[in-house]
Amino acid sequence: MTGGAPGGRATSAPLMGRDAEPTLFELSSPGRVAANFRATGLPEWTAEDLVPAAHLRNEPTPVAEVSERDLVAHMTRLSHRQFSVDLGAYPLGSCTMKYNPKLCDDAVARAGLADVHPAAPPRLTQGWMALFADLEEALCRITGMAAATLQPPAGAAGELTGLLLMRAFHGAAGEDGRRRRVLIPDSAHGTNPASVTLGGYAVTQVPSDDRGCVDLDALVARLDDDVAGIMLTNPNTLGLFEEDIVAIAGAVHEVGGLLYYDGANLNAILGVTRPGDMGFDIVHMNLHKTFAVPHGGGGPGAGPVAVTERLSPFLPGPRPVRTDRGPSGPSSGLQGAYEWVEPERSIGRIHSWHGNALALARAWSYILANGGDGLRKVSDAAVLNANWLRHRLRGAYDIPFDRPCMHEFVASATNLKRDRGVRALDVAKRLLEEGFHAPTTYFPLVVEEALMIEPTETESPQTLAAMADALLRIAGDTAEDARNAPRTSPVGRVDEARAARQLIPTWDARPAEGGSPPIGPQGLSEQRF
Amino acid sequence: MHFVPHTEAEVAEMLAALGLASVEQLFDVVPAALRLAGGLDMADGLAEADVAGRFDAYAAANRPVGADLVCFAGAGAYDHDMPSVVNRLAYRSEFVTAYTPYQPEVAQGVLQALFEYQTLVCRLFGTDVANASLYDGASACVEAVNLAVAATGRPEVWISRGVHPHWRQVMTTMAVGTGHHLTDIALDDGLTSWPESGLPGAILVQSPNYLGCLEDVGAAGELARRLGALLIVAADPVSAGLLISPGSLGADVVVGEGQPFGAPLSLGGPYLGLFACRREHVRRLPGRLVGETVDTGGRRAYVTTLRTREQDIRREKASSNVCTNQTLMAVAFLVHLAWLGTSGLRELALRCARGTRYTREALLVIDGVEPLAGAPTLREFAVRTPLAADILVDRMADEGFLAGVALGEEYGGGLLVAVTEKRTKAEIDAYVVAFEKVVR
Repeated sequence: MTGGAPGGRATSAPLMGRDAEPTLFELSSPGRVAANFRATGLPEWTAEDLVPAAHLRNEPTPVAEVSERDLVAHMTRLSHRQFSVDLGAYPLGSCTMKYNPKLCDDAVARAGLADVHPAAPPRLTQGWMALFADLEEALCRITGMAAATLQPPAGAAGELTGLLLMRAFHGAAGEDGRRRRVLIPDSAHGTNPASVTLGGYAVTQVPSDDRGCVDLDALVARLDDDVAGIMLTNPNTLGLFEEDIVAIAGAVHEVGGLLYYDGANLNAILGVTRPGDMGFDIVHMNLHKTFAVPHGGGGPGAGPVAVTERLSPFLPGPRPVRTDRGPSGPSSGLQGAYEWVEPERSIGRIHSWHGNALALARAWSYILANGGDGLRKVSDAAVLNANWLRHRLRGAYDIPFDRPCMHEFVASATNLKRDRGVRALDVAKRLLEEGFHAPTTYFPLVVEEALMIEPTETESPQTLAAMADALLRIAGDTAEDARNAPRTSPVGRVDEARAARQLIPTWDARPAEGGSPPIGPQGLSEQRF
Repeated sequence: MHFVPHTEAEVAEMLAALGLASVEQLFDVVPAALRLAGGLDMADGLAEADVAGRFDAYAAANRPVGADLVCFAGAGAYDHDMPSVVNRLAYRSEFVTAYTPYQPEVAQGVLQALFEYQTLVCRLFGTDVANASLYDGASACVEAVNLAVAATGRPEVWISRGVHPHWRQVMTTMAVGTGHHLTDIALDDGLTSWPESGLPGAILVQSPNYLGCLEDVGAAGELARRLGALLIVAADPVSAGLLISPGSLGADVVVGEGQPFGAPLSLGGPYLGLFACRREHVRRLPGRLVGETVDTGGRRAYVTTLRTREQDIRREKASSNVCTNQTLMAVAFLVHLAWLGTSGLRELALRCARGTRYTREALLVIDGVEPLAGAPTLREFAVRTPLAADILVDRMADEGFLAGVALGEEYGGGLLVAVTEKRTKAEIDAYVVAFEKVVR
C-alpha cells in the first residue's frame, strides 16, 4: 500500500516499568484528605443531632484516604495501562469500534444539557425534548421505521424492549397465550437468546446453510402460528447479507409473526438499504457502535428501538411529542412546544428516566456532522475496508465463506491449529504485540477457531496494510512464539482459572494470609520494551 | 463532514486489488428492490462549528440548575458538587474510548478501576461482592428481583411503595416477560407496613425511601428470614456515610443509584446501577465481575471472572442479558468517591442532613405547609402544601428555584424536597421566602 505510516498501529506507546499499579487502598494513608467543601453558614449540627441512634453507624464508612495528587497520578497511570480507540485500531467484529469524534464530546459538555434535572417541568426542558424528537426522526429515516423509543440504555435492553413490544402486540390481538416461540439463527449474539428467555419466550434455533445464511427451508419448517417472531441481524454475524430476507419476512408475516432486527451490524448498510424496507417490524440500534458513542470501557451505550406504525402505540413512555402550540422557552429558533406523552397502549417504562440522555445527544451530534451523505460514505468505506482485508488474508487463514462480505468477515485459525498448534486465542494475543487490539474470537459459534474482523471505515488503508502484514506474519508463527504472547503488554496472560477458583472480587476479600500477589514481576527473566 | 480518511486514489487502488470497478459493486449482494434510491432523505453533513451552533440552541432552550435555578429537587437525581478531578480523570480518552476489557493484558486500566469501584460499593453497603455496574437504580432492582426469585424458586415479590415509583414501573414492565408477581406494599406515615405472613421470594425496601424516610431495615430483614425470603435493600450511596449498612442489617442484595457520585443530572442519564450481594449469591450475580489474579510472571493482574454466568456463554440459560453496562460512570463514581475519601463521605452526608433539617424546619413554619410523614428523614423530605405541588414548582421556577418534585396520586400529592451540600444558608433562606410568597 502506498502512502504514509499506519495511523492505527500502537507499537510506539511507551511503558514506564513493568509493575502492577498499587490499588487506591495501598496508596491510602490514615488521615490523608483530598476533599474540601464550600462554606454554607448552616448550623453545625452533629451526626447525633441529625440521625436517630438506631440508624446511625458508629464507625466511619471506610472508603480510601489519598491525596488529590496521588489520586490523579493513580488514575493517570491506570489510563496508561489501557488500550483504546484513540491509541490504535480495534478490529473487533460486531463491535464497530470506529473513531469517536471529539466534536461529540464537546457537544454534550454544555451546562444547558448536563445540568438539567430529569424531573424539571417540561417547559424548562424543551431543548432536550427537541433534541430527542430530532434524533428519533433521524433514526427512523435511517432505518425506514415510523417511531422510536430512546429509553433502552443498551442493545440488550433494546432487545428485551422489542420482545416485550412483540408480546404486547400479540396480546392486543388475543394471541399472546398461543405465540410462545421466537426463532433465532444459530449464529446469533448471546444477548438474543438471553433476551428471549427474559421476554418469557422459548428459543427455536434455526440452522445456517452452507452459504452461511439462514437456511430458508429449515426456517419455514419451524414456522407455525405459535411463533411470536424472529430475531435477525442483516448482514448477519458472519458479515454476510441475508439474501433471502424478503422471502423470510414474507414467511414470518404469513404466520402472523413479527420480525425483529438486531442493529449491531447497521454500519454495513447506512444509506444503502433499510431494515424497514426489508420487512422488519421492530429495529434496535446500538448507538455505541454505528453512531460512534464511545464505549467507555463497557458502557454507557444506548439501544433505541424503532417500530412500524402499527406497533407505535405500544412504545415505552413517556415520549416527547411536538404539539405545535408555537415556540417556547428562550428564543432559539426551535419551533413548537413539546410535551411528554404516554403512548396509548404503552408497555411502560424501560428506564428510570429517559434513557442515557448524554449518549443519545452524542449520537445526534455524530449524525448531524455526517448527514445523509456522510453516513453513506461510512458504509462504503466500512465494506471496502473489510473486503480488502479479507482478500489480503485469504490463503494464510481459512475463510469459511470466502465470497464478498459486508463490513466484517470471519476468518478461522483452524488451519493454523491443525498445522502448527496455533489457536485463535494465540493469534489474538500476538496481534496485541503488533500494536493492534485483537479481533473478536470464538464467535460466532458456527465457525471453529473464529476470528471475527471488522476494521471499520475510520481506519486508513495504511493501517489496514500494517494489520494485514501483522496477521500474515502471525500465520507463520511457531506455537512457541504464539503461546508466549503478548510479551510487550503491562501484564502477560492471566490465570483465569485461578480468578474463578479463588474469587477475590474486592480488595477486602483477599485471603488473610499471604495477602495479595506481588505488584512486581517475580522471576521474570527477560523484559522487552 | 465525515471521518473516512480514504482519498480517491486510495479507494481506486483498493478497488483494483479486489478487481472491482466501483464502490457500488460492493453492494451487488443487496437485492435491487431493497436498494435505497437517491440515498438517505436527510440533510447533508454539517461542519463542526455548525453542529456546535445547533447544540448551543438546544442548550439555550433548557433551564439547567445553577445560580438562576437553585435546585431543591431530588427524587433519585441529586445536585451535588462534582470535584474537578472527575472530568479530568474519568473522561481521559483512554477510559472513554476503551472497549470492554475482554483482552485483560491490554485492559488493566479499566479492570483495576472496576475492581476498586467494586470494593467501594461493598464498603458502602456492607456486602461481600458487587458487580461492575448496571444501567441505573431501576435495572438494579429488576436484576435483584430476578436473582431472588431464582434463588428461592418463589415468583412472588413484595415491593414497598417507598421504592422509587419509576423503578417500580420498570420492574412492572419487566415482570410481563418473567411472569413474576409483584405486590406493592403500602406506606403508613412514611414507612412500609409489611404483611405478617406470606410466601414471597423477596421483599424489597428502599432506605432512605422515596419520601426520604428512614425505614426499619433490620425489621424487614427479620421478616424476610422468618418467611424464607431474600431481603433486597435499595440504598443511597451518600446516606451510606452516616447510616448503618444494609449488609450488616441482613440484606441479601443491596442495590442503588450511583448518580450522586460522578454523574451530572443530564436529564436522567447516563446514570449508574449499583448492585451488591452476599457471597453465597455470587453465582447468580448479573453482569460483569472483575477479580484479582496473577499473570504468567506471578504479577498481580485483574480479569473479568465467573464468566459462565454471562449471556455470551449461557445464552438462553443466562439469568440476565446484560452485556454493555455503565463502566465509564463506575469510573467516575470511583474518582468522585476516592476524592471525598473516608472523612469526606461522612462530611458530605452530614452537610446534606444539616441543609435538609434547616430547610424542613423553615418550611414547616409557613402556614399551610405540613410534613407528609412523621418518620425521620435524612437528605430529603416531603411536605403537603396549600398550593398544588406542580403549580408551586412552576411558580417557584419563575422565582429562580427548582422547588422540588411533585408527588403522585399514590402518595396523596405533596412536594418532595432534597437539600444537598451545595445549598448555602443564604440560598435556603431565599428559597423559603419565595416559597412563602408563592403559597400565600
